[in-house]
Amino acid sequence: MSLSTSPRIVYNEGYLDEQTKRVVRRALLKGIAIPGFQVPFASREVPMPRGWGTGGVQVTASIIGDEDTLKVIDQGADDTTNAVSIRQFFERVAGTASTTRTDEATIIQTRHRIPETPLGEQQIIVYQVPIPEPLRFLEPRETETRRMHALEEYGLMYVKLYEDIARYGHIAKTYDYPVLVHGRYVMAPSPTPSFDNPKMHQNPALQLFGAGREKRIYAVPPYTDVVSLGFDDFPFEPQTFEQSCEICGSRGVYLDEVITDDSGGAMFVCSDTDHCERTAATAQLDQDAEHHDTEMNA
Amino acid sequence: MIDETPLLSVDAAGHRYGDRFGCRDVSFDLWPGEVLAVVGESGSGKSTLLGMLSQRLSADEGRISYLTTSENGPEGAQDTVHALLDLATLSEREVRRLWRTEWGFVHQNAADGLRMHVSAGGNVGEPLMANGWRHYGSIRAEAEAWLGRVEIPAERIDDSPSTFSGGMRQRVQIARNLVFGPRLVFMDEPTSGLDVSVQARLLDLIRSLVTELGLAVVIVTHDLAVARLISHRTLVMKDGAVVESGLTDRVLDDPQAAYTQLLVSSILQG
Amino acid sequence: MIHNESHDLPTDAVLSVIDVAKTFTLHLQESQRLPVLRGLTFDVARGTCVVLGGESGAGKSTVMKMIYGSYGTDSGRILLSHHSEVLDLAAAQPRQVLAARRDTVGYVSQFLRAVPRVPALDVVAEPLVERGVDRPEARDRAGALLARLSIPERLWKLPPATFSGGEQQRVNVARGFIIDRPLLLLDEPTASLDARNRAVVIDLIRESLGRGSGMLAIFHDADVREAVADAVVDVQAFTPAREEVAA
Repeated sequence: MSLSTSPRIVYNEGYLDEQTKRVVRRALLKGIAIPGFQVPFASREVPMPRGWGTGGVQVTASIIGDEDTLKVIDQGADDTTNAVSIRQFFERVAGTASTTRTDEATIIQTRHRIPETPLGEQQIIVYQVPIPEPLRFLEPRETETRRMHALEEYGLMYVKLYEDIARYGHIAKTYDYPVLVHGRYVMAPSPTPSFDNPKMHQNPALQLFGAGREKRIYAVPPYTDVVSLGFDDFPFEPQTFEQSCEICGSRGVYLDEVITDDSGGAMFVCSDTDHCERTAATAQLDQDAEHHDTEMNA
Repeated sequence: MIDETPLLSVDAAGHRYGDRFGCRDVSFDLWPGEVLAVVGESGSGKSTLLGMLSQRLSADEGRISYLTTSENGPEGAQDTVHALLDLATLSEREVRRLWRTEWGFVHQNAADGLRMHVSAGGNVGEPLMANGWRHYGSIRAEAEAWLGRVEIPAERIDDSPSTFSGGMRQRVQIARNLVFGPRLVFMDEPTSGLDVSVQARLLDLIRSLVTELGLAVVIVTHDLAVARLISHRTLVMKDGAVVESGLTDRVLDDPQAAYTQLLVSSILQG
Repeated sequence: MIHNESHDLPTDAVLSVIDVAKTFTLHLQESQRLPVLRGLTFDVARGTCVVLGGESGAGKSTVMKMIYGSYGTDSGRILLSHHSEVLDLAAAQPRQVLAARRDTVGYVSQFLRAVPRVPALDVVAEPLVERGVDRPEARDRAGALLARLSIPERLWKLPPATFSGGEQQRVNVARGFIIDRPLLLLDEPTASLDARNRAVVIDLIRESLGRGSGMLAIFHDADVREAVADAVVDVQAFTPAREEVAA
């Protein structure tokens, strides 16, 4: 028996079988119909361990098609290991085109950031979620948190905010900041920085959330109210940065602090690498054009 | 007419654990401002009765009715509507609404009735936040006022009850249960396990709050002295049944049932 | 239920005890029965003081307690003029007895059962405050009465639990007389008092009677009894023959 040909492994489009994709799509439809409500789903095994974005991967796998263009970011960057491997995974099993440009993607899968570039109506953003239950750390019982959502009993959430103000003088949560969706469900936006919360409000894009290990899917349809919780006298305030990006000069964007030497020197750069590159490139083009004009007029 | 309708009306109620009845054929009415003590030893069914009244256990026979208040009308205060509810017909949402707005429950062990990792102020403020209060300053001021009323020093408002003594924890629990203005409060042995002087102080506090606020209270206790100090009426329970009931001083000074006479004579005399 | 019993309560009476019987059953002593009273019948007219007479143990305190509701009544009726109606205390609901105690029937005994931690002045002022009198004015009137009973001012802000027996009794008396009630039950109100204070109590009794209160009293002291009694009911006349009946 000759083994001259190695066995070919054939994947279904998007890796997941069609039945699973239907399960996920049904859950997505339900989530879209009830904004902010956590829909349980039969979370499958995918070729990465739990905790590495399996929820996001299953959502993306269920909606992706050969006409899509996929962007994957991790903490805002396209070039981190996990972002790269997820993108390559979908290139292989779905045959989709991929991009690092936010404005060219039809699907953006993200871990812990929303891109700086505003999204449009034809786009879908898929969030990777570790703990879908915003009340989990206050109330460990699943039976109780389900009741609280069902009966709209969110007093406990405000207790947490109260405690922060009593202890620190202000609300201390700076990521995964709880929001009220469509005036009804309190939702965990995933560990995006609170800086990004305002972007979720009335966003033209469809926002989908997948928690693989916890087996929950939820969604925010386009143009939905997403309001960060706060008190009348201590309202939500997103983080701000005084600095601008040292590479592209952008202000009003989320910055990463990069330690540059052993004596604690640091620089602040855009967390959104695509935004940074394009802004820097545009700035360079402007500069070149000016330089060119100057030369021309010399 | 409203003055004539009792706040809580229990009619031949009982709760079953499998084949056995934990309590059976209990009947009484309770009006605002009245404190009813349910007295008995271990296994008497008093805790089952309390559980059944507070809807934590089902009423497997008989009927329990409660006269709820809801305020209608744009200004709230004047258009008070009373409705007599058969508690067995209530949905979970309605029961939970009662717990947030009209009923309180003081547990024997304060840790069961408080969030031990949340500050005293947060514990007392939580019912307000659950009822829609959204102004931090007001919530804190109200919590502070109530902690003062239960004689907890103001500077402890940000401390968690895990740093408090047993008596102080109970007082935080009482404040938490009264801050939203309930009409009916259930208490399960609120003073047992506490030092005698602490007990006296706590009972005194409960007594004055009951008078001041016109609360109706059902208090379960094994301690006749507690019943005498704080209650207007007493039910004596044994083996799941009520063996005697009436005015507290009548039941304790002129007990008719053999078991009551035994209980009264068993009080340790100093 | 309030029966319409007006025809059995004489118009000038605040209290009418009709054919009342009481037997104690001691279950712990093999259900031994102790009959104490049978056929007890008397009235207390407004503005009069009726004294219960008889030897110690005859059942005088029992009568008081049955009227106040601390003891049950086996049979008979205890009619009280309560607000504008007639209430049978022997058959009344606990709630009605509580209402009667609040508004109509007062009780002064030699033993003070005071709420802990409340200053003596407020213990005495309480009945006024409950009727809507301003606390400062209530305290003034309470202070005047305490002064009359020779309780020094330095004690007014202390809880009476720490007072001597005589002082406690005088606080009790003050609390009992601070407002006029239609019926006042007095169980040895002068037992621990000296002659001077006994005289004050006699004055208080007379003043209250003059304003229309009815009283039922047990007096150990002959001089007090002679000063205020309008009628005497000998309780021993209503004592049944003592039979010991085993269960």
